Amino acid sequence: MKARTDKAPAANPGGIDDTTRLRLYRLMVELRDFEQRAYDLFMENLIRGTSHLALGQEAIAAGYAVAMREDDYTFCTYRGHGHTLARGASMAAAMGELLGRSNGMLHGKGGSMHLTDVTHGAMGSYAIVGAHMPIAAGAAWSAQVRKSGQVAVCFFGDGTTNIGAFHETLNLAVVWKLPVVFVCENNGYMEYTPIQSVTAVEHPAADRASAYGLESILVDGNDADVMYETAVRTIGRARSGGGPSLVEALTYRHGGHSRGDPATYRPKEEVSEWMSRDPILKYRERLASLGIDAMDEAVLRKIDDEVRQKVDLATDEARNAPPARIEDIETQVWSDGGSAWRN
Amino acid sequence: MAELTFREAVAAGIAQEMERDPTVYFIGEDVAAAGGVFKATVGLLERFGPERVRDTPISEQAIVGAAMGAAMTGLRPIVEIMFSDFLATCWDMIANQVAKTRYMTDGQVSLPLVIRTANGGGSRFGAQHSQSLENWAMAVPGLKVVAPSTPADAKGLLAAAIRDPDPVLFFEQKSLYGIKGEVPDDEHVDRLGTARVLREGKDCTIVALAAMVPRAIAAATELDRLGIHASVVDVRCLVPLDTRTILGEVRKTGRLFTVEENPRLCGWGAEIVSIVADECFDDLDGPIVRITTPHVPLPAAQAMEDEAMPNVARIVATIKGSMR
Repeated sequence: MKARTDKAPAANPGGIDDTTRLRLYRLMVELRDFEQRAYDLFMENLIRGTSHLALGQEAIAAGYAVAMREDDYTFCTYRGHGHTLARGASMAAAMGELLGRSNGMLHGKGGSMHLTDVTHGAMGSYAIVGAHMPIAAGAAWSAQVRKSGQVAVCFFGDGTTNIGAFHETLNLAVVWKLPVVFVCENNGYMEYTPIQSVTAVEHPAADRASAYGLESILVDGNDADVMYETAVRTIGRARSGGGPSLVEALTYRHGGHSRGDPATYRPKEEVSEWMSRDPILKYRERLASLGIDAMDEAVLRKIDDEVRQKVDLATDEARNAPPARIEDIETQVWSDGGSAWRN
Repeated sequence: MAELTFREAVAAGIAQEMERDPTVYFIGEDVAAAGGVFKATVGLLERFGPERVRDTPISEQAIVGAAMGAAMTGLRPIVEIMFSDFLATCWDMIANQVAKTRYMTDGQVSLPLVIRTANGGGSRFGAQHSQSLENWAMAVPGLKVVAPSTPADAKGLLAAAIRDPDPVLFFEQKSLYGIKGEVPDDEHVDRLGTARVLREGKDCTIVALAAMVPRAIAAATELDRLGIHASVVDVRCLVPLDTRTILGEVRKTGRLFTVEENPRLCGWGAEIVSIVADECFDDLDGPIVRITTPHVPLPAAQAMEDEAMPNVARIVATIKGSMR
């Protein structure tokens, strides 16, 4: 995948205050360290099943989460650990869910691909490609008719742009002028296949925006400032009644599609080029270059240490929690808490 | 009481609930300005306005998905999927998303939504506009499944479905839209999960659903003349299933016949047969027999469709043959 950041608007280093920048940094490090730990636990075989890590894609989740109002809605995919945590969901509960423990966010019923924390606006991680797009539009429809001022933000991968729900949803969202932002995280690959080899246009989301009368927005998804600014602009448009936006953020997975994928299909030069554009690495450089005392190396190191402790605590809490309860198997099918289908 | 058609009763049920609860919204293809292709939603747009009664593009995934997102966040949406056959185009939304999200999140979200759909054969529409698909929905944990047979039930069960806190698939058999029946004028809310004994007999029990109910009644009337006295149970709701009523009738009569519009394999009656075999084996005086459409896509031509679906003559002949 060619990097096409030339079209991206330049980050405005003066436009974002120090507090916001430090929030962006801390959040990216949290997502990175959590997922790195999740990866390690997988390798130790403590986590079963599968997982889809977003290592390398943290700037998108952080940029949007920091720009969102507390009661806004996030909808994400099975690659959703970061998006869920970014809204403030408990790290211990997330780790517990990955480990199949009773302290898990979903008490073991969902697993890695379905992290949800409605109390923090994390409305779910959806494991069927594209399914959450109309659901996000529906939450936006509800916000619109309730006049709540809430915005729904829906994150998805490049592969989603070739599924029917993508097109059905964009059309409906525009016709109904819904307060929703669709964010395509284009990491260059739909699972194992280069997205450009299976897509009619070069930029799978941005090049299709015009089909729905939307502005074509193509940005550097590895630049937290750019993502934050894009989030402020598109969420602001939605909140003020300007309708939906479709954003394509260029980024890269550090690893494979899922646990079982070593990603050997990617050219070495491509990987190393993108690794040199790691969003956290880049952001540290940005903060240093700004020459602000509050962002000196010691401050950043302190954040790094605090995050590491937080991940350690969350890991310990999850590892020490008992396994998910078998007595929960037949609960919560229905709103009465049970699963009865007959009298 | 007023005499209403089934289609008028559907509209009356929706109107009753929209009047009562401002969070009830209704969307679907051709449902607002056109009043529905089966005219089951006539007058709702005029009464409740274009925000609450809204036409959609032909986008079944977007329709059901939007209803789900809205249900998660404070609305009680009703959607119409024009023909139940089109459920196949949004089955991911229904079977993977709507049905499972409450369970997968261990109760973090509720999904109070109703998916209404015109179901079943008898209209010479061919195999892609005539299927009887209640059993698809019944096979997915997390969905409630309702299929009324009378105008009064259409209104009362639809109102109950709209008030229910969980997702309900509401199947309206399209050949019933024109039938008339007495419907309560005042607020009418029935109970999901309740079957109804329409007729009591001592010799056998016939359980039927939706359009098969009037055929079962007609067959029972004819069987009376042959000296076979049949109970008829209208199942009304497949999930939750009122096994108590069904088992009660089977225990009294010792014989069970199901009349199912669906193709043979895995029809809803098979589950009832299995429950009866498990729980009242000792009360049975003879084999349990399922009367279904053969395991074929439904043909279009009148002569073929009428023969393929269970009809009164076949129900009578089958029961008579088996009771000898």
